[in-house]
Amino acid sequence: MPDVQSLVNDFVNQLKTRKIEGSQATAKQTAEFIRSVISQQRVPHTNQAATLINAVRDVGEQLIAANPVELAVGNVVRRVLHIIREEDHSLTTAAVAGLGLTAASDDENDVDRDDHPVLSAAVVAAAARSTLRPPSLQTLLEDMPDSAAIPPTSSSGGESEGKSRSMDKGSIGRKLKHDVIEAVNELIQDIATCYDQIAEQAVEHIHQNEVILTLGSSKTVLEFLCAAKEKKRSFKVIVAEGAPRYQGHLLAKELAARGLQTTLITDSAIFAMISRVNMVIVGAHAVMANGGVIAPVGLNMVALAAQRHAVPFVVLAGSHKLCPLYPHNPEVLLNELRSPSELLDFGEFSDCMDSASGAGSLHVVNPTFDYVPPKFVSLFITDTGGHNPSYMYKLIADYYSADDLVVKRRAVTGN
Amino acid sequence: MGAPKKSAVRVSEDTDELVRVPLQAILLADSFTTKFRPITLQRPKVLLPLLNVPMINYTLMWLESAGVEEVFVFCCAHSKQVISYLEKTQWLSQPNFTVTTIESHNCVSAGDALRLIYERNVIHGDFVLISGDTISNMSLTEALREHKERKKKDSNAVMTMVIKRSKPNPAIRQSRLGTDELFMAIDPDTKQLLYYEDKADHSKAILHLEKSLLADNPSLSLHHDKQDCYIDICSPEVLSLFTDNFDYQHVRRHFVKGLLVDDLMGYKIFVHEIYSDYAARIDNFRSYDTVSKDIIHRWTYPLVPDVMNFGNTATKLERQGMYRASEISQSQSAVIGPFTSIGFGTKIGNNTKISSSVVGEGCKIGSNVYIEGCYIWDNVIIEDGCKLRNAVVCDGVTMKSGAVLEPGVILSFKVVVGQGFVVPCYSKVSLLQQPVEEDSDEELEYADSTSAITSKVDTSDEEVASQVLDTQLHSASELGVGGVGYIWSKCEGGHEEEWRHSVAPIPADKISEAMKIMEDELELTYDGSILPPSGELKPDCNDSEDDDNEDSRDDTYFEKEVEATFLRAAQENIQEAHLILEVNSLKLSYNKVAADCAGAVFYALVKYALDTPHSSADSLLQNVKDILRKWKNVLRPYLTDIDDQIEVILKFEEMCSESAKAFAPLFTSILHFMYEEDIVEEDAILNWDDEKKDADDSDKVFVKQAQGLIEWLRNASEEDDDDEEE
Repeated sequence: MPDVQSLVNDFVNQLKTRKIEGSQATAKQTAEFIRSVISQQRVPHTNQAATLINAVRDVGEQLIAANPVELAVGNVVRRVLHIIREEDHSLTTAAVAGLGLTAASDDENDVDRDDHPVLSAAVVAAAARSTLRPPSLQTLLEDMPDSAAIPPTSSSGGESEGKSRSMDKGSIGRKLKHDVIEAVNELIQDIATCYDQIAEQAVEHIHQNEVILTLGSSKTVLEFLCAAKEKKRSFKVIVAEGAPRYQGHLLAKELAARGLQTTLITDSAIFAMISRVNMVIVGAHAVMANGGVIAPVGLNMVALAAQRHAVPFVVLAGSHKLCPLYPHNPEVLLNELRSPSELLDFGEFSDCMDSASGAGSLHVVNPTFDYVPPKFVSLFITDTGGHNPSYMYKLIADYYSADDLVVKRRAVTGN
Repeated sequence: MGAPKKSAVRVSEDTDELVRVPLQAILLADSFTTKFRPITLQRPKVLLPLLNVPMINYTLMWLESAGVEEVFVFCCAHSKQVISYLEKTQWLSQPNFTVTTIESHNCVSAGDALRLIYERNVIHGDFVLISGDTISNMSLTEALREHKERKKKDSNAVMTMVIKRSKPNPAIRQSRLGTDELFMAIDPDTKQLLYYEDKADHSKAILHLEKSLLADNPSLSLHHDKQDCYIDICSPEVLSLFTDNFDYQHVRRHFVKGLLVDDLMGYKIFVHEIYSDYAARIDNFRSYDTVSKDIIHRWTYPLVPDVMNFGNTATKLERQGMYRASEISQSQSAVIGPFTSIGFGTKIGNNTKISSSVVGEGCKIGSNVYIEGCYIWDNVIIEDGCKLRNAVVCDGVTMKSGAVLEPGVILSFKVVVGQGFVVPCYSKVSLLQQPVEEDSDEELEYADSTSAITSKVDTSDEEVASQVLDTQLHSASELGVGGVGYIWSKCEGGHEEEWRHSVAPIPADKISEAMKIMEDELELTYDGSILPPSGELKPDCNDSEDDDNEDSRDDTYFEKEVEATFLRAAQENIQEAHLILEVNSLKLSYNKVAADCAGAVFYALVKYALDTPHSSADSLLQNVKDILRKWKNVLRPYLTDIDDQIEVILKFEEMCSESAKAFAPLFTSILHFMYEEDIVEEDAILNWDDEKKDADDSDKVFVKQAQGLIEWLRNASEEDDDDEEE
């Protein structure tokens, strides 16, 4: 355990000192880190799922506290918790199905699930059980292969489990851990490839000779635009520079290098340009459960301008950016104020900040994010396709289990 | 995804090649100064809280994030406290960041510390030299790379100093951080440091640069708007240099200046300037205040309370720069202003106002308390109705109801301020008595006295307690009823000007005073026909009003000189011709015109008359007449022009209304006498009357008084005119 703890401290430090930045990188590294935590976690014979969940929660709580503004950390932690629950459940149901409806099935394997009667657990289909609500159209479609795949395992694994229970406990434990790690690997894969998945849909949204406006820089937006370009679409891109970090400059450079017709404008020229724009495509920092977007500063202004001229406002977001929290949630610190040195040169203005001589009246505020309310967003494009803002809560419910929404409180009671 | 990975690998290879040894740092957890007394008698400076987090954490956190792998913390004063604190925190158990403490009790300066570290033989490569009170968020990579490249080319480049631009206050010649103005000469091409002076002689406003400096360097830029960040990247040679020169004590004063002066060994020091990053050292209470404010304003991001989250209590940033920890109980009617930080578990009562202050953990603040610009540490009890402005209040202080702290007060640990007691400006209050031995060699003395006191404090709390009892008995009066503590006498350790280093803002009168002094200096340099050393020294805002001031001040000097000369002449019966000669020379040296001289001489005459004993107004008039008659030849050379004569009348008028009111009733008769004696002509009086036509009534008193004379003159002149016409 000390090993794990020092690793955690190290990772927490990196998050704290903001050495890991950007939601995609954070999500990926968090997932990889949690994978290593899980693989180092020793699993007891009984109650494996609860042990794993507690371990992940403990670590997750520290990670979230280290950088509460980076919602991707919490998202990944919750995703992993959800994965553990699902895997555990599919194993339990498999075991229960194998054992048949004997009375002996009411054993310690089910401690984690003792709020559900065994009977119902056996009855409910594996696919539908993962969610405590009527299945959405998407889950039905997506989970079809899974539910089809479960019966064979239950029939094949059930035989051996029925014979020697002492052995199968260990094997279930190992299997659970193995399965969870497999699933987390898949999650990491998903996070890594979310650009491609989103970019694949580019052709459906960008049409010939359109004018696209974007602000700042987002890897997702870059890939999206380039994918459309590769499909021989010809269109123009207007890039707003995105003060004060001016990442729009980098994006413009990159787009121009890839042969896209690019125009760079200042942020203040957005309203003037918006009337000739066909679509606004931007990246997001996080998408909240109500469909609101936490986005780089300046985007609310863009959204307002787009709404004024009825220009579609499209937000690209990988699934790791979907956050199950609502923006009024006190747990969510919506914004982060960065150093004023991004705005002005300390040396040049140091005399205005000399509090000793009474001239210290210059204050600089440098927020990182804007909140764009759902009513301004026309469409979300995630790796699973395009969605309406009002649909986001449902999409989110597919990825997260309701028990994990608050990571912290449960961890305290769990201890 | 391939490209970034590849580049990352390449970078790490590069650094591997360059740094075979891990990057090391020496952190001096002792500043070897006495600026933070009396607080530092009981707790080392590096453990003083800066926004509720001990300073050393900021330094260590920066070193860690800047990629330093091994830190040697050198502890001297209160070493036990520092070590036990570090053991309590997670710093000693970091995986990629080793912190080792080195303890010593007999080091009295940074030089001694570095010599000791050299003996230990723990430093193997380039290292960062920093003290435990430095706050920074700069990235070291660039500075390190420059240092290493220079080192490759020239093995004599032993040190790189980090500097940052920061304009000093033009009036009082000190930086935002309360340190003196720093002058540096830097080679603009190579960034070599050629000259370093932080104790420039301001009274002369002259810098002395070695002639050879100008001869040897094709170009050289002189800066006074740079701030020394006290972050040095040193080669291992630095340690051996300290050992070779056993008299080096202070890193800047001895080592840096020593190397700059010494051309035999040819060691060179370079500077690295940072622009967007932040770095500053807390050297005194003024910089404590400034750096705290910079942190609140997030210049040190990510080293800000809500991100650092040091300790277990999360701090959240709310609107308008308010940092609040959890579990604060605050009354509905309490007003907490902007740029304030409130610590964990603090209670705040009704109608209390707090603005731009830092309040620590577990404080109890009563009702109707007013707190502005204060630094209140942990577990402080402030009862109802107290007023605190720009003070530092240490742990465990109790302020009884109605007590008042005036700006610049320092209350050390566990002091109790009595009910309704007003602690005067800039006082330092401690439970410990002020150490007596202060003067001779400050640094050596300091170490002795501290170690003595340290051991006392460390060994027995009981002793302190008994001292406290003593205090309660003896000095109940010193801090009001029920107060506990000694007020230290003000002129301590050569801090002749407390306001320079205090947390309180500089008083406006000090600034204006300083502005005046500065102008005087400028004037002197001009008068001595020496050009100021650089254009920068001249304030930009030297507009007409300043010139006026200068003139008026100049006038008074000139007048005094003339008066003194005249009195001497009158007493010693010096010939008129000689007196005129002397006045003329004064006229030239003060660059005055004839009118000024006329005014001044006249002033001197009348003053002399006034000072001559007289019984009544009549005798005074007689005096004046006698003196004027006797000395009018002295006046005459300056009265060739009508304007000069008007000047005399104006002068006289001014005197009557201000300095010599005794003359007021005699104004007309003296004026008439002057007319009769041809000191002033008719036209002058008439012009004077004309000039005064548009003036205020208050200015017209004497015109009205002289109305009869003026009328008479006018009529006379008209008659003359008539005569001529006819």
